[in-house]
Amino acid sequence: MEQTAIGQANITSILFFLGFVVSTLGITYWAAKRTRSTSEFYAAGRSITGFQNGLALSGDYMSAASFLGIAGLVSTRGYDGLIYSVGWLVGWPILTFLIAEPLRNLGKYTFADVLAYRLSHRPIRTAAATGSLVTVLFYLIAQMVGAGTLIKLMFGLSYELAIVLVGGLMIAYVLFGGMLATTWVQIIKAVLLLGGATILVVLTLAKFGFSYPELFQAVATQYGDRYLQPGGLITNPLDAFSLGIALMFGCAGLPHILMRFYTVPDAKEARKSVFYATGFIGYFYILTVTIGFGAAVLVGSDIIMSIDKGGNMAAPLLAEALGGNLFLGFLAAVAFATILAVVAGLTLAGASALSHDLYVGVIRKGMANEKEEVRVARMATVGLGVAAILLGMLFKGQNVAFMVGLAFAVAASANFPALAMSIYWKGLSTKGAVASIYTGLFLAVGLIVISPTIWVDILKNPVALFPMKNPGIFSMGAAIIVAIVVSFLTKDPGAEEKFAEEKLRSYVGIGAE
Amino acid sequence: MQTDRNVTKMLEDPEFRKLTRQKNRVSLILTIVEMIVFFGFITLLAFYKPFLGTKISGAITVGIPIAVGAIILSWVLTGVYVFWANTKYDAMVRSVRDRIGG
Repeated sequence: MEQTAIGQANITSILFFLGFVVSTLGITYWAAKRTRSTSEFYAAGRSITGFQNGLALSGDYMSAASFLGIAGLVSTRGYDGLIYSVGWLVGWPILTFLIAEPLRNLGKYTFADVLAYRLSHRPIRTAAATGSLVTVLFYLIAQMVGAGTLIKLMFGLSYELAIVLVGGLMIAYVLFGGMLATTWVQIIKAVLLLGGATILVVLTLAKFGFSYPELFQAVATQYGDRYLQPGGLITNPLDAFSLGIALMFGCAGLPHILMRFYTVPDAKEARKSVFYATGFIGYFYILTVTIGFGAAVLVGSDIIMSIDKGGNMAAPLLAEALGGNLFLGFLAAVAFATILAVVAGLTLAGASALSHDLYVGVIRKGMANEKEEVRVARMATVGLGVAAILLGMLFKGQNVAFMVGLAFAVAASANFPALAMSIYWKGLSTKGAVASIYTGLFLAVGLIVISPTIWVDILKNPVALFPMKNPGIFSMGAAIIVAIVVSFLTKDPGAEEKFAEEKLRSYVGIGAE
Repeated sequence: MQTDRNVTKMLEDPEFRKLTRQKNRVSLILTIVEMIVFFGFITLLAFYKPFLGTKISGAITVGIPIAVGAIILSWVLTGVYVFWANTKYDAMVRSVRDRIGG
């Protein structure tokens, strides 16, 4: 393949994309009439079924970075890309076993509600909202910069225009349609992405007689056996374990994922929705890996890397090779839709931390009425949307790939330990939980700043002060130890007393909203 | 909401204690199994790379079914949990709620 239409405004991709925008804005208009109360704005009136939420959860998680990134990694580095996809999935079972149901039974709109169930409202909500916002902002910056770069690569739009377009549409969805519109945007995007990837895999496998062994044989013939063997991804075992810990426990600390469990009517639906989500995401990763190997053989890793060094265009190039301009246009539009849906989910989670936790819970001490709370949530949405656009511009051209890893490290270190311990450990005191959140947060961020990723690669210092790329094992470990030690030093009889009541609600659902 | 009397009554209820014990045990066992699966995979990657690179059939190496297996097993484990919760756990919850009048 000598020529590619990638990077040119392609009439089919524009039509597909316009179709997506028109239908999602139509849904937003429909949702806007059903989005007045706080429960409607934050939680879609708890009207989403387990299956729908499973799709929406997978929509929140399957970002353009994971679709294009994993396919790219597999196509340029072979087996190592497969390791990534395993790592991104293992957080979901943990979320199912430990968090999903108690979270649904104990909370109302945010995971801070669970912590505030028996701990002192103002300090714990401040800490939890800080952890949420930091996680959301890092994730959002990574998505916005990725959006600008990818849309530029695929549509030839300027970076700035792409960012303003993404930011503007996402504000419209969340501002007018709240969680109901955001959920349906996620569902549509998940269906398109899973459908598009499935078609691409079918077209790929058709070239190999629908036989994986033949596909792998072709990979080995073209690139040698090393493509099917672990390569240089994991060199330092401690670093690898540390990354594994952040991926495994970070998933259960991501505010935009946790928030989705409040959109279903009860704990049983919450439990079902994670099962569906895990299935969809696992299936999607297997597709993505197949696409990566297919692209390596049918497009060639040299061509893929000549268009984008990171390999991000492997899937679009394969789509073009197998399905022509029409399929390329469809897939490019799907990637755009994917970015939009993920940033909308993140913005809503950030807005709920600002309005529900900080404004209503801390500043107004829980005294605000619903109308006021929804108004503040809408203002927060606009504020965050504008901030996302500005941050996207500010970080233009920067390598922000580490920011998703950082978001996971913060989620695993600041959000997860306090959340899990508040559910399972009677002795957790307010001061213990607050100290744990700030310890996890500052260590995760601080250690990454002095790690090779930022200290050497970005700040251009000769030697990193902290040798590992992934601080998870230390930051999460310290957060747990601090929670235990501080809780023993500062007994919280009020919180311990309420544990009985919490347990009842957490396990049996009595009193759950 | 429940009265304090009901809360105390419930917590002393042997059936409720059995329910929380079983739920915690199932959650903990499955969490540990998932951790063994994933960190076992990382251990293989860190210390047994040649083993993962061994060919089993044609060009396919040991590492490929292991990685895909880890993905599928993660999903199957959530399925095991959901099946247990839908059949056993929900029945226990219903029976406890009926008796206490939740």
